Parts: sequence; C-alpha cells; structure tokens
Amino acid sequence: MSEPLLKVRGLKIGATIYPPGEKSRHIDIVHGVDFDLEAGKVLGLIGESGAGKSTIGLAAMAYGRGGVELTGGEVWVNGRDVLQSNMPDKRRLRGAEVTYVSQSAAASFNPAKRIMEQVTEAAIGQGKFSKSDAEARAIALFDKLGLPDPENIGSRYPHQVSGGQLQRCMTALALCPQPDLVVFDEPTTALDVTTQIDVLVAIKNAIRDTGVAALYITHDLAVVAQVSDHIMVLQQGAMVEYGTTDQIINNPREEYTQALVSVRSIKHIEKAPTDTPLLRVEGITARYKGTDFDVLKNINVDIHPGQTLAVVGESGSGKSTLARVITGLLPPSAGEITFDGRTLTPDLATRPLDDLRELQMIYQMADTAMNPRQTVGTIIGRPLEFYFGLKGKAKQKRIQELLDEIELGDGFQDRYPAELSGGQKQRVCIARALAAKPKLIICDEVTSALDPLVADGILKLLLKLQKVEDVSYLFITHDLATVKAIADSIAVMFQGEVVRYGPKSQVLAPPFDDYTDLLLSSVPEMRLGWLEETIANRKMESAGN
Amino acid sequence: MHPIIKLVAQRLTLGILLLFAASILIFAGTTMLPGDVAQQILGQGATPVSLANLREELGLNTPPVTRYFNWLGGVLQGDLGTALTNGRDIADSIGGRLKNTMFLAFWAAAISVPLAIFLGLLAVRYKDRWPDKLISGVTLTTISIPEFMIGYILVYWLAIKWRLFPSVAIMNDSMSLGEKLNAIAIPVMVLTLVVLAHMMRMTRAAILNVMQSAYIETAELKGLRMLTVIRKHAFPNAVAPIVNVVMINMAYLVVGVVVVEVVFAYPGMGQYLVDHVAKRDVPVVQACGLIFAAVYIGLNLIADIVSIVTNPRLRHPK
Amino acid sequence: MMRIPPAALLGLLFTSVFFFCAIFAPWIAPYGMAEVVGDVWEPSSSEFLLGTDSIGRDLLSRMIYGGRTTIFIATAATILSFVTGATLGFFAAVSGGWVDQALSRFIDLIMSIPSLIFALVVLSVLPTTIWTLIILMGLLDSTRVFRLARAVAVDITVMDYVEAARLRGEKIAWIIFRETLPNALSPLVAEMGLRFIFMVLFVSTLSFLGLGVQPPQADWGGIVKENKEGINYGIQAALYPAYAIATLCISINLIADWVLSRTTSLKGGRG
Repeated sequence: MSEPLLKVRGLKIGATIYPPGEKSRHIDIVHGVDFDLEAGKVLGLIGESGAGKSTIGLAAMAYGRGGVELTGGEVWVNGRDVLQSNMPDKRRLRGAEVTYVSQSAAASFNPAKRIMEQVTEAAIGQGKFSKSDAEARAIALFDKLGLPDPENIGSRYPHQVSGGQLQRCMTALALCPQPDLVVFDEPTTALDVTTQIDVLVAIKNAIRDTGVAALYITHDLAVVAQVSDHIMVLQQGAMVEYGTTDQIINNPREEYTQALVSVRSIKHIEKAPTDTPLLRVEGITARYKGTDFDVLKNINVDIHPGQTLAVVGESGSGKSTLARVITGLLPPSAGEITFDGRTLTPDLATRPLDDLRELQMIYQMADTAMNPRQTVGTIIGRPLEFYFGLKGKAKQKRIQELLDEIELGDGFQDRYPAELSGGQKQRVCIARALAAKPKLIICDEVTSALDPLVADGILKLLLKLQKVEDVSYLFITHDLATVKAIADSIAVMFQGEVVRYGPKSQVLAPPFDDYTDLLLSSVPEMRLGWLEETIANRKMESAGN
Repeated sequence: MHPIIKLVAQRLTLGILLLFAASILIFAGTTMLPGDVAQQILGQGATPVSLANLREELGLNTPPVTRYFNWLGGVLQGDLGTALTNGRDIADSIGGRLKNTMFLAFWAAAISVPLAIFLGLLAVRYKDRWPDKLISGVTLTTISIPEFMIGYILVYWLAIKWRLFPSVAIMNDSMSLGEKLNAIAIPVMVLTLVVLAHMMRMTRAAILNVMQSAYIETAELKGLRMLTVIRKHAFPNAVAPIVNVVMINMAYLVVGVVVVEVVFAYPGMGQYLVDHVAKRDVPVVQACGLIFAAVYIGLNLIADIVSIVTNPRLRHPK
Repeated sequence: MMRIPPAALLGLLFTSVFFFCAIFAPWIAPYGMAEVVGDVWEPSSSEFLLGTDSIGRDLLSRMIYGGRTTIFIATAATILSFVTGATLGFFAAVSGGWVDQALSRFIDLIMSIPSLIFALVVLSVLPTTIWTLIILMGLLDSTRVFRLARAVAVDITVMDYVEAARLRGEKIAWIIFRETLPNALSPLVAEMGLRFIFMVLFVSTLSFLGLGVQPPQADWGGIVKENKEGINYGIQAALYPAYAIATLCISINLIADWVLSRTTSLKGGRG
C-alpha cells in the first residue's frame, strides 16, 4: 500500500497557561494520537468541547493556535514530517497542500478586502496559479458551492453577504489553491439549522467533485456521519474509537461512542391536553420600544398543567420575545395572558409576589444567569428566604434537598459558579427555579450551549422533575430533536407568527406546511444517507441562502 | 446620499454644537461663580469707586445672557476683546503666540508620532519579552511624573550639567530655523516624553487587537510571509485605531503645552493664559480657554471622522 | 491565604510609607514647615538631610509637610470624585431613558474641554483655597468616574442574573447592593488608584503654576516652583518632589494593576 497523505504518530500537544496571580504551568491538551488519512478520503474528528479536535486539525498544518505548542510525535504530510520542517517549508505546506475552513467565516475574512482577493490570495501567493487562472477557479468554485451570481460575488466585501454564503466562500478559499487536504473546523456549527444543511451539502459535493481529502471536525455525530468515510472519536485529548462511519454509527464498540450515538433518543409519551390550561396566551402582539414592526403577531397558545409546550423556531422568529412577554419584561401592545385562572398584569412591576413565584425562568447561558460572587447555597437559598421566609437550619435542609433533587449531592453549597462544569451550572439554575415551587418554568434554550451528552442529562432531569413536582414547562428551542424528546404540544414560530400548533403527534405528522417541513428536514439524523434523501425531498429553500 | 457623507456631516454639526456649548460653559465658569469678580480682581483693599469702574468696564451691570451674546458675537467676527491688565487687543497679542505654540506642538508631534508607532510595533513584535517589558516600564515611569518635573530633570542634566541645549526657550522672529529648533529642543523632548507613553501604549493595544483577529490567523494559514500578513491584512485594519490614538494624544499635547511653556518661559499661548489667570484678567482667560477648547474638540472630531471614513462597513454599504 | 505578587507588595509598602509620613508629619519632620533654619540652598548634611531651600528652610521637612498637603488634597478630591461620579453613574445606568441621556450628554460636554484648561478658567475668578481646589478637581474628575461607573453598571444590569432577580420580585436595593455592586467594586477600586495618581499630578501642576496651594503652605508642586531657580546653579532641590511623586504614583499603579488582574481572572469566584 502506498504512503497515506496524512500520517500522524504519537502526536502530543500542550500549552502553557498563565493564571493571573499564579505561576504559569504547562498543561497537556492531546496525549499521543495516531491516525492515517488516505488521499481523497474524509475523516471525521468528533468529541466534546475540550477534546482537542481543533488542535489536532491545526497540527496537520504544523500550526499551534495562541500559546499551543506541538510538543511531540510526528505529522507526515505527503511523505514529509512537517513538525520538523523549517519556517519556509511550513509556509509552503499551509495554503498550498493543506488549507483550513474555520467555524466563523465572518471573523476569518478580512473586513477591509474584497472576497475575491482573499479567496485567490493563497493560490497566487504560493505560485500555484496565475491571477486569471485563480480567479477563474474561484468563480467555478462559487458556482459549484451554489453561491448566487458567482461571476460577481467575489467583488463584494465580506459584510455584504450572508453568514451561510460567507461560510461557502470560506470553503472556496480553502479549495482554490487545489490543496491535497482541507481541515474543516466546525464549518456549520454557527449557522442556523436550516442554513446548516445547505452549506453541508455544498461542502460534501465540493469534496466529492474535487477529490480532495478532508479532516472534518465537529461535536455533532449526526453531521459528521453524512460527510465522512471514517470517524475518530476523541475524549479529553485521547482517541476513544476509530472506525468506518458505518461501524461507528451502527455498531459502536466503546461505551462512550455508544452514548454519543444514542444521544437524543429519549422517548417521551405525550399527554393529552386538559380542559383547563395552566397558562393561556391570547392574541399577544408585541414590539420593542423604538422599533416600528411587531416581533410577535397575534400569538395564541395554551400550556396544560404538568405538561410541556415546546416553542420552536430559528433565531429571529420571536420565540424568546414570547418568554419576555409572559414574564412581564416586555408588556405586549395587545392581547392577554391568563395564568392559573387569573389574568396576569402586563408589566412585571405590578404583579403580585405569588404570580412571580409560580412562574420561574431558566436561561440558555447558565454562566451569566448566576451571580459569580454568590455561592451555590446563596443562589438557591435566596428564593427560599424571599418567598417562604426560610432561615437557618430549615433553609439549609431545603437547599440540600434541592441539591439532591438535581443530582448534585453534598459539598456543593459552598462552591462558586466558576468552580462548576457547564452541566452542573445549569442544574443549579434548575434548582433555583424549583426552590420557588413554581407551577410553570420557562426554559429558554437551556440545552443549546451544552455538549450533547450533558444536554441529554439535563433533559432527562427536567422530565423526571416534571413527574415529581407536577410542573409545566414552556420550552423554547431551535432544536427539533430536543422537542421530539420532551414536548407534549408544539408551537412552530416563523417571523413572529405561530405557523403550526397542536399536540406533538399532530404537529410532527404530515401533511406539513412548507416551513415546518423545512425545519423538520433540517435536523441531521444519526444514519448514513440521510442528507441525500432529505435534499431530494425538500419543499422550500432555507431563508439564510 | 452616501451614508458616510451623512455620518460625517452629522459629526461636524455635533462638533460645532459642542463648541458652542463649550463657549457657554467657559463664559459661565467665569461669570456665574459665587463672589464678586471685581472684588476678586482688585483685592480687599479696593476703593468703592475703582470697584464700580471695573464692574462697568467688565459689563457686570448688564445681564449675563446679554454679555454672553455680545462676547460670542465679537468672537465670531474675530474680536476677542481687550485685556484688562494692559488694555491691548487680545487677538493681536494672541496671533504671534499661537504661531509659536503651533511651532512647538508641531515638532513635538513630528517626533513623537513616528516614534510612538515604531515603539508600539516593537513592543508587539517582542510581546511579553524584555523589549516589551522595558518599554512599558519606562512609559509607566514617564506617566507617573508631571510634565514640569520631567522638564526640570531634563534641564538639570541636559542644559546645566552637560550644557547641550539652552535651559530657556527664547524666541524671536530674527532667529533662523536651526536656532529656533535648538531653542525648543528640551521643551520638545519633554512634550514628546509626555505623550509618547500614552500613545505608545495605546498603539500597542490597537495593533495587538488587530493581530489577534481570526483573519490574521487565516492569512497565516495561507502560508503568507509575516511581512505580507502585516502589510496586506493587519495594516489596513490598524490605520483607523492608530489615527484615533494619535489624535487623542495630540489633544493631550495641547494641554501639556500650557505647562511646558511656563517651565521654559516660552512665548506661547499657554504662558499667556497662565499669566493672565494669575492676574485674574477674565477676557484673556475666556479667549484662551475657548481657543484651547476649540483645538481639543477639533482633534477629537478628526479622530471620529477618520474612524468613520476608514470603516469598510460604512464605505461599502450592503 | 491570599498570595500577593512582589511588585504589588512593593507598591503597598511604599504607599503605606507615604501615607504614614503624611499623617504623622508633625512628629516626623525634623523642623517646622515654615521655619527658616539655615542658609539658602545649603547642600545636604547630617543637619539637613536634603539640604535647605531657596530661603533656608529644611527641605526634608518641607517635603514631608508638602507630601501631607498634596496627599490630603488628592485623597479628598478622589473621594469627592468617586462619591459624585459613582452615584451619578449608577443612577444613570439604573434609570436609563432620558435621565441617562441627559446626564451622559452633559458629562460629554464637560469632558470636551481639557480639565486643566477648565480649572484655569474657573480659578481666574475663584479664590484659591485648599477647599476650592478639592471641590474643583473632584468635580471635574468625577466625569471620568461617571463614565466608568455607568459602563460597568450597564454591563452588569444586562446580565441574566440581574434579570432573574427582577423576575423574582427583588427590590432595587437588593439589586444594587447584592447583585450589582459586588461585581462592580473591583474595577472601581482599581480606577480609584488611577484617579488618585491623576489628582496628585493635577494639584502639583496647579501649585507649580502658582494657582494651587499658596505659600507659605508647603506642597510638592510648590516646592518645585520655589526652588526652580536653583536648577540653573546645579542645585537639585526642585527635583526631589519629582522623585517623590514618581515613587508614589508608580507604587499605586502597581497596586491598581494587581487589583485589576485579580478581577479579570478567568477563575472569578472567591475574592
């Protein structure tokens, strides 16, 4: 067998960190990773944040980001150990043999230069193509990637095209010098769900047509399953499992991989609507001060006791605004909200304490939802003190009960938020909401900032708590997989309106309206061949194009 | 209309409004404060007759609003009034001094701006290594000493001990450029040191900010040489913040000039202002205050306008 | 146990010495403040450690008393500047709307004139007493504190934990004192150091120009003014205040840097 295009042996990567007020110290990010990549093949690197995926990807270009140092091992590209190369050789490698597509194209394009100049720069600068040839290549790539007006889009500036388009331009930038290998670093993660799938298709086709090899880095196994030939699963800088895509998805050997594959497979049987809803939203219309358009247009939904209403939609659909109206942060311009038989006053300031207590909220970013200078005990204890007047031993006891309920246990009362992991922080926020003994909890994208396995744990906890405490949820999310996992009824929002609403089984059953179809078909499924099927069956183009 | 022209026009209007507001503030600051200005000027031993005369001369018997508009009307026509102390026309006295001050400020800027940018680049190039630390240590020291003390330290060593330059900056029109430059050598050094520290630190921060952008990494990953990366990708984005830094520091320079002129008995605006504050010559103080404020507002305005016209998002709207 | 880096420790040490000398000046100074004890510009000797000044007063005693005046004025002006600036800044941030707009535009206006020039304009009609100086400097400088306090408070009030407190129904006092202030304190403390330095430089400059502290009261800027002629004869008397001011300012800078680095620490949490 011939020498592989990329051969990595015993790769070790570390970094020196400088904690303020402490001595600097060395930490290991990647501890000895081996893999091969044949020419023209795609290898998916998958793992949670902090697994070292991006660091390994950049090591293929002999590049360490920030203070990252490539401390040991070998990285062979086209038969040369690039870690041992001198600087001019590394420069010839980067941009000519190996190129890079980053997560945020918006930040990776120079705002002061036209797109064409940036796309062709490496191809020309490395002497691989003349200016006119490089530009012709770029235009052909723009066309292949499905960009509108491929002849002229290059003369625009980065801020003049949409996020999804810029991400395609970044792919063109990487392919233009005709490299042997492209490193894709979470190229679709920052995009809206309906845009992600189009960019994914464009990338997949471009890889296939140009015959380039690729390292595809992502935290989403369902995405990587659509594009790669092989998959390597990483955890905390070490390889867990390596295999063909088919084997990893359909027959994972390691426990960790099995967990990743079975993520989002929570089964929840929907409950039937009751006669007396807990919360009734009637004809709500709202706009922000100083703007001249309605963010919410005539919204009507119900939430039943002990049940979950999921509100789905993309960014800008108005789903978070609905939460602000219900909590009284944004008084509506029309409409009425009834909660537990009482009419809620539009403005937070005029609501009685019991209305505030029975309606709690959990935020997307647990980091900013907790005061960094309060301990977990203070954070959970405050509602107990504030609403129920609990003090001393009784308060301590109740805090501990709540901590047990969110499965954190002893020893957390005196910790500060900064000392907790992402999942633990979100659990503390849940406990704070529960402490008020609410009837309804509004969950605003509570799992979207978390790694998939951690998010799964939070969803399971929420379902368990719903049973025990008989609490209702208004669950706001852009992720349909989450919705399927926990909702009893669903409202699909699009441009400030509810376009589809009803019990889960009805909303998720055909016939679909065009937007719901688009949204549903955009959620990557954990099986091979899903992408092709979906694209063949779609009714509507995504808005982000 | 192109959005840039609109924004620049807005800024200019705002600048003019600000200048008017500043003129009200300066006028009010010398008029509405408690105490009898005439008494303050003449002291406790003044006779009632001289007090009354002075009040008449200052126009203290007319309402302040009327006085303000009279004053402003004069200023707009180039009439800054007459000095109380010697009865001379203020505009005449200021003319030559303003030229001298500009001469001093120009040379200080001509030396400090390139030097600060060079040192800023050097500090970025050797970030966290000894040249960076040395530069920031020295600048920290110069920030911590008032201008006039830097002045005397330099005079002590350069003029008295080593006899390299004169210790006072005497200027007259018959001097050649070389003689003039020799005369202002130490004042220019002082001013340079005073603004250099701030300017260099801010330049360093501005360049670092650009160098840490993702598009610089993209350029590096294209295999471009470091110099190409800096020339083609860092520089176009660093111009606006650096110009901004320079303008803000030129505004500091205007203030530094006041003190340095006093130290070196330099016949400029600053010395003129300080002298007349001590003599409580209100019309002169008002005129000088207004001119300093106008320069300061003007420099800040230029900084704003530069950052507007160099912003690619505004230059190439969607 | 809290670890203090050596640079900050050195800063703390020097700052304490300066403040100690300022507070106990009458007991430490070998001679009286305005006492003529020797010849003009005597060189340093065992009798007069730093020599004598332009009219034969002991320079060391002048320096100690001068430090007392300078540090007192700077401290008082800093406190005034902070109380005014922080109160108005927090008030603007929490009120929002037109109150915020009006206050912010007014502060912009005051800051459009350089502080020194504004001070000179006002001092041309006001009597120069220590209290005039403190009030004038404190109010002029409170504009900068206002901007910082407002920015910090605005940053914090948009945090979800503040919103969570509002949703809980907390009173404004709890939101300011328990949610906002603890997080705003550290940047404000660091800024306080920088403002103090600025005050020392400001009052010294005014005194040097003859518009600040009036003789025979000693202060560092004034000592330079009194002894500047000596420079021409190679006498260093006018330079000692420069060394003192530089040492004090650098020391405080080191402390401020340390306070700031502790609060921008990624670990957050305790402290």
